[in-house]
Amino acid sequence: MKPIQVFDKTMRADAAADDVLLSVEDLHKWFEIKRMGLFHIGDVKAVDGVSFQLARGESVTVVGESGCGKSTLARTILGLYGPTKGRIVFDGRVIDGQDREAMDWYRRQVGFVQQDPFGALPPFMTVHRILDEPLVINGIKEPEERERRIRKALEDVRLVTVDDYLTKFPHQLSGGQQQRLVIARAIILEPKLIVADEPVSMLDASVRVEIMQLLGRLQSQYNISIIYITHDLSTVRFFSDRIFVMYGAKLIEKARTKDLLANPSHPYAQALMNAIPDPDADNVERFREVPGGEPPSLMNPPAGCRFHPRCPAVIKGLCDVQEPPHFQRGDHHLVACWLYGEEHAERTA
Amino acid sequence: MQNGFLRVEDLKLHFRTTRGPVQAVDGVTFHQARGRTLVVVGESGSGKSSLAKAILRLLPRNVHKYEGRIFMDDVDVMRLTNERFRRQVRWVKAALVPQAAQNALNPVLRVQDQVAEPLLTHGKVKSKEQAYERVAEVFGLVGLPTDFMTRYPFELSGGMRQRTAIAMALVTSPDLIVMDEPTSALDVLTQANLMNVLKRLKQSTEMTFILITHDIATASDLADDVAVMYAGQIVEQSTARRFYTAPLHPYSKMLMSSVPTLREDKELQHIPGSPPSLINPPRGCRFADRCPARFDKCDQEPPVREVDGSRVKCWLFE
Repeated sequence: MKPIQVFDKTMRADAAADDVLLSVEDLHKWFEIKRMGLFHIGDVKAVDGVSFQLARGESVTVVGESGCGKSTLARTILGLYGPTKGRIVFDGRVIDGQDREAMDWYRRQVGFVQQDPFGALPPFMTVHRILDEPLVINGIKEPEERERRIRKALEDVRLVTVDDYLTKFPHQLSGGQQQRLVIARAIILEPKLIVADEPVSMLDASVRVEIMQLLGRLQSQYNISIIYITHDLSTVRFFSDRIFVMYGAKLIEKARTKDLLANPSHPYAQALMNAIPDPDADNVERFREVPGGEPPSLMNPPAGCRFHPRCPAVIKGLCDVQEPPHFQRGDHHLVACWLYGEEHAERTA
Repeated sequence: MQNGFLRVEDLKLHFRTTRGPVQAVDGVTFHQARGRTLVVVGESGSGKSSLAKAILRLLPRNVHKYEGRIFMDDVDVMRLTNERFRRQVRWVKAALVPQAAQNALNPVLRVQDQVAEPLLTHGKVKSKEQAYERVAEVFGLVGLPTDFMTRYPFELSGGMRQRTAIAMALVTSPDLIVMDEPTSALDVLTQANLMNVLKRLKQSTEMTFILITHDIATASDLADDVAVMYAGQIVEQSTARRFYTAPLHPYSKMLMSSVPTLREDKELQHIPGSPPSLINPPRGCRFADRCPARFDKCDQEPPVREVDGSRVKCWLFE
């Protein structure tokens, strides 16, 4: 199998390395809304033209507010939803949900860490059975081998000593331990990619750090790529190589983590940064500059840039008419905003 | 912190369960001056929400023990009968914005009727029209357009519903508003907007706020004072400036160093172990098992000490 190299204008600066593991190309996921199960009313465009490439061993964060489509993006990448348009290329193979054998193979390569650990674990299964099941399903027949892998996975997530945990049920574990178990289940098939959808948002601050560090360690130890989905920018800097900012079903800024935190360029990314306080007693004195309004409807998104109704720097007659392409702002730094490439616009007025 | 408008002394709230009483709030003492905002922080299960319920006497059925003294304007409201508490304290002196308040609204009532209800129940206004006038006023305070008054809750976004719940707490102009995680279910931008609203309220009124949250970074937007709760007890109460720069209790220190920051580069720490069970909490200091500074004395219950205006429950300050 030879890796398929696909490049277009918007992606050239995006690939962080030559060693591409996952390539998401112009991905769309629309959900049809019907009235009385018959008449088509419209589509919720939850993912609307998302492209990026992910290198082997790289971790990226997708950050956005609820309803921006980030969880749908995660589930589409996982193959839980078939894409409406566009495709996913993983390790050189096209994943489109048509080929059953390719799909089975793909699911072994990708692990999923859910948001709510308690909801993600079957309450009537012991830890041992929870970890055993994916091995059985994926045809690892020798009991010794399964046993070895279960122990290794538990050790990897530091649920030690292993024997204390094997016979426990999920409700006997604390929230942090449950999330470790979910991570153990995600890595037990030795995947190349982990998709983590808000893995720490339900946990306490003190446990949160522990889980972030655990994911970071697994990533470097096994060279796993991680797609980390979150709404909380403040957890990002400790973890990921690159950040994608998602708004209204599109990626509007892609940059290296340190570049984005130092120099957020899209007005939405700037607003997001401004809105997050650092713990500081002086905050009491300051008001935060936040754009009002609500995120756009994904059924009838605004024309042009989807952020323009809330944008403090809106350019009338341009932002509300024409959709901005990704402009290059620096090395590996792409921004979908007319502020950085107004001269390229085709003005009709 | 003297001459407090609110004084809570040795407040206990234990719940009955099949495995024994859960000591959700166990001997909480604090004083709060009028017009200041106290933020109560702690991990989940530390008894923060139970403290809010205990202050407003909003108790579930399985109460095992509910005792202590709560003074509001030097009146011990714990001595009042339930009916007198309802008439004289709840909504009149103190109101609660419950957790996930945006989902607590009645779906079949227009929001103006829900917000006006406490006014009418407590006889604060003579007519419905007067009540609606007051509702329009508080809608202005929380930044809701008045033409939203006739809408139903499902026609409002999450942030707007949360503002409605806050408007409801404000409508009778109580002295004290207790807010239980008012922003934790909201998006970052909505949350920042709401924090601005609360900050403006705080500056323009004489109201006293108690904000209960697990989000230490966001809490700094409102805090004048911070109380840290651990396993049903307050282990430190300090001014916000002290808490955010140099907290005293070992637990507060570790909690602060586990908070991720956006702008500042720092090594994050986590707190090893997990909080003790509140059914049979350990004797002595409840944090001792996880504490890096543990020594012999920690097997006994630590006293509360005043250190430079802070109150700390730790043997290190003996």
